[in-house]
Amino acid sequence: MPELFASRGALVLEDGRIFGGEPFGAEVDAEGEAVFTTSMVGYQEIATDPSFYGQIVCLTYPLIGNYGVNADDDQSRRPWAAGLVVREYCDEPSHWRATGTLAAYLRKHGIPALHSVDTRALTRHIRRHGAMRALIVSDRAGRSDEELVERARRAWSPGDQDVVTMVTTTERYAVEGTGPHVVVLDCGLKAEIVASLARRGARVTVVPASTPAADILALAPDGVLTSPGPGDPVHNAPAVETVRQLVAAELPFLGVCLGHQLLALAIGARTGKLKFGHRGGNHPVKDLRTGVVRITSQNHGYHVLADSVPVDAGWRVSQVSLNDGTVEGLEHASLPISSIQYHPEGAPGPLDSQDIFDQFLDRAARYRQQSGALTTRVGGVRE
Amino acid sequence: MQATKPISSVLVIGSGPIVIGQAAEFDYAGTQALRALREEGIRSILVNSNPATIMTDEDVADVVYIEPLTLDVLRRVIIRERPDGLLPTLGGQTGLNLAVELAEAGILDRYGVRLLGTPLDAIRRAEDRELFKQLLIDIGEPVVESAIVRSLTEAREFARTVPLPLIVRPAYTLGGTGGGIATTPEELDRIVAAGLAASPIHQVLLERSLLGWKEIEYEVMRDASDTCITICNMENLDPMGVHTGDSIVVAPSQTLTDRDYQMLRSAALRIIRALGIEGGCNVQFALDPKSSQYYVIEVNPRVSRSSALASKATGYPIARVAAKIAVGRRLDELMNSVTRQTKAAFEPALDYCVVKIPRWPFDKFRHADRTIGTQMKATGEVMAIDRSFEAALQKAVRSLETDQKDLGWEDPAWGDAAVLEDHIRRPNDLRLWAMTAALRRGWSPERVSELSGVDPWFTRKLARLVAIERRLAEEELTPNLIWTAKRAGFADARIAALAGVPVAEVTARRREAGIHPVYKMVDTCAAEFEAATPYFYSTYSRRPRRTSTARMRRRTRPSRCRARRRWWSAPGRSASGKGSSSTTAACTPRPR
Repeated sequence: MPELFASRGALVLEDGRIFGGEPFGAEVDAEGEAVFTTSMVGYQEIATDPSFYGQIVCLTYPLIGNYGVNADDDQSRRPWAAGLVVREYCDEPSHWRATGTLAAYLRKHGIPALHSVDTRALTRHIRRHGAMRALIVSDRAGRSDEELVERARRAWSPGDQDVVTMVTTTERYAVEGTGPHVVVLDCGLKAEIVASLARRGARVTVVPASTPAADILALAPDGVLTSPGPGDPVHNAPAVETVRQLVAAELPFLGVCLGHQLLALAIGARTGKLKFGHRGGNHPVKDLRTGVVRITSQNHGYHVLADSVPVDAGWRVSQVSLNDGTVEGLEHASLPISSIQYHPEGAPGPLDSQDIFDQFLDRAARYRQQSGALTTRVGGVRE
Repeated sequence: MQATKPISSVLVIGSGPIVIGQAAEFDYAGTQALRALREEGIRSILVNSNPATIMTDEDVADVVYIEPLTLDVLRRVIIRERPDGLLPTLGGQTGLNLAVELAEAGILDRYGVRLLGTPLDAIRRAEDRELFKQLLIDIGEPVVESAIVRSLTEAREFARTVPLPLIVRPAYTLGGTGGGIATTPEELDRIVAAGLAASPIHQVLLERSLLGWKEIEYEVMRDASDTCITICNMENLDPMGVHTGDSIVVAPSQTLTDRDYQMLRSAALRIIRALGIEGGCNVQFALDPKSSQYYVIEVNPRVSRSSALASKATGYPIARVAAKIAVGRRLDELMNSVTRQTKAAFEPALDYCVVKIPRWPFDKFRHADRTIGTQMKATGEVMAIDRSFEAALQKAVRSLETDQKDLGWEDPAWGDAAVLEDHIRRPNDLRLWAMTAALRRGWSPERVSELSGVDPWFTRKLARLVAIERRLAEEELTPNLIWTAKRAGFADARIAALAGVPVAEVTARRREAGIHPVYKMVDTCAAEFEAATPYFYSTYSRRPRRTSTARMRRRTRPSRCRARRRWWSAPGRSASGKGSSSTTAACTPRPR
């Protein structure tokens, strides 16, 4: 069949499939891993979530751009997704907070995007064949399909190397508060995590992912949170070692998403890659102790292998995905250490798991009291 | 997880006669629920005064009483059948009101009948305005200034402290019968008097008008273990001031950011938890278009008209799941009957846009007042699904089967700009066409929004349709232009009329250009999981190209096979109606 509607741009997959589309972001090409998310709102939060670093994100909700972009909804200092792929793009946003269009925003940050793509067909393809290497092409004029597919096959993918170093903060920074002191290990932090802690009064110090455990402990934290982030956790050996030492220090610890996977590796469990990941705002997670199901915001391509969790050492799977039974939470029988695979901060997504922050800060507050009492006894070693 | 004794027989109150505000959607919900009870091995006893329903068919309930829906009849049925439980949340307001009467008369206690789904206390707190207000205050939800009045004097007194316009809503009535918006003291007297007369408990609610605010609804569910989920949210195209039943509604919301969406979602979940509902619940909000301020407007502690829409819009069988929850099942143990591999405890992800347009009977009542407001006048509705708002809207307009065959229809009187402006400013059944006509005359979308209160997002979409109309009239009918028009939902006939060529020629050119409909599945999960459901919508979509290096796999295109679906057969198999499934079965398009 002759091609009747030659599209200017295309999403080229490593397995040879080409999905035509029209460019609306920066007019450049980009390589990455093609994934999809089923969140119906929150495209700006998705674009600026560092966990999407190096990924070409297909938004399954077809109408994108409706409410524009604004300064408040950015989850980090810039958008990290390698590209966006949508069905219908709206260039005339309507919202009282909107300060511009999504297209202008993406162009400003050099990120390509395509609209008019059959995103449902693309999603079904990824579901069947898994997340894969891909190339987003803004203008395919003068280039053969074969040439493009060849490039897609050789495309860089965030699973290839340590990508946390690309997104972590370069400098330490603090948010003042009167509550417990929480050190956040930034592996690709979303602003809403810090905001969630700060809203509860915590004093927050954010440190780069490369910060050694000794330096973190020297900050005298009442609790440590290891943040979400991009890529395959097995490439983050130094961070795993940091977490191992923090666990040994037995202070309150909360691992979130990548942070959860780092904890798993630190305690000797293993991780694996999901075929097409969990990405969206509608994932049911069951708490195995209470039986309660919460709807969670998720964004991960890797997961902790349940049978590798060291049960003998007091670790157990605390929560599981109701969809596929994969591990969604870990906790220790006696230590104040736990982790969750999903995003309690939402942004985008439901806020049903905000109590995770409450519980963590309660533990941190108790720890502060206890350690305060302890230091008084031993003569004020703690500053 | 069943408290006290297990439920083995359940009395279901049907919805009675079809009236405005309580139409066939409750038959749909009731039928789905009765089938769900049968699946659970529960004996169902149905009382309904309306024999012209699916739910009263022989094979739906185990025992059917075609009797008047009165306290006395229900008492006698209870004595005779001695059901373990009463399920009143599926018959609309009638069923709920009767359940309250039965409980208050001591009949339920005397015969050991458990009220299932929604506790009596929750019904009272959701329906009684003062208790509802207190509930909202208790859980920290914002409450709009309002007062319950029982007389004209009380109404006038309230109007001295809160400025007009005031909204008048009578308590315990169907579809807002007897309500309205009072903009003058005279109107206030007239509407309050009518409202007091219409309300069975002689109460009307007066409240500050939120005219022009966005109206957003959430459908939520909860089970006995306190798992709460949102099925769907919906945004009314018509701003506050028009009854939801008379509004054009889109699902999901289109102009809400994640913050707005989650703020209202969280509030809806707090409300269903506070009410302790085990089953479905509908929460309506007013959202300021210029800030994050919102008010809770209304809560329906039952399966409602909006639940039927949400159910069809998402594929999630709300009534079926609500019935199962009512008899003690949990969301995380029930299967999602669409994917058949995930559980009912999840939130549907849509990958399409749904548009509902009310169907008013003004073609039969030529001299009726076509103004619409807080009292519902629509006698039906149409729903359309497509990948863009424009296409879903145009499909819905065509499905109305009114004199206004498409968006191109205009009233000759609109040649007068003042008349046109009035039809945009004052809510009426033809406002959608009036807005489009104004845009066709070059009025800006912003001006049309200013006049109507409709969010500019919607008026800009209408303007886009007008721009395509113009291109069709002025440009050569190239494959690209046909493609643009089809994606925006223009029918071949409309393209033909605009381009001035015979319909047959447009169709021929379209086919020659390889533009055919494809069928996409309403699968509740945006294609994340494989699904098995005979629920599809058509859309025009570009097919992906395959390279020589890719494996070639040809598929039959279902171009001639029209997946006609009747209202009754959607969603899922659980509520298929008379003869409708066969239409689908005979023609199974390939899922895409």
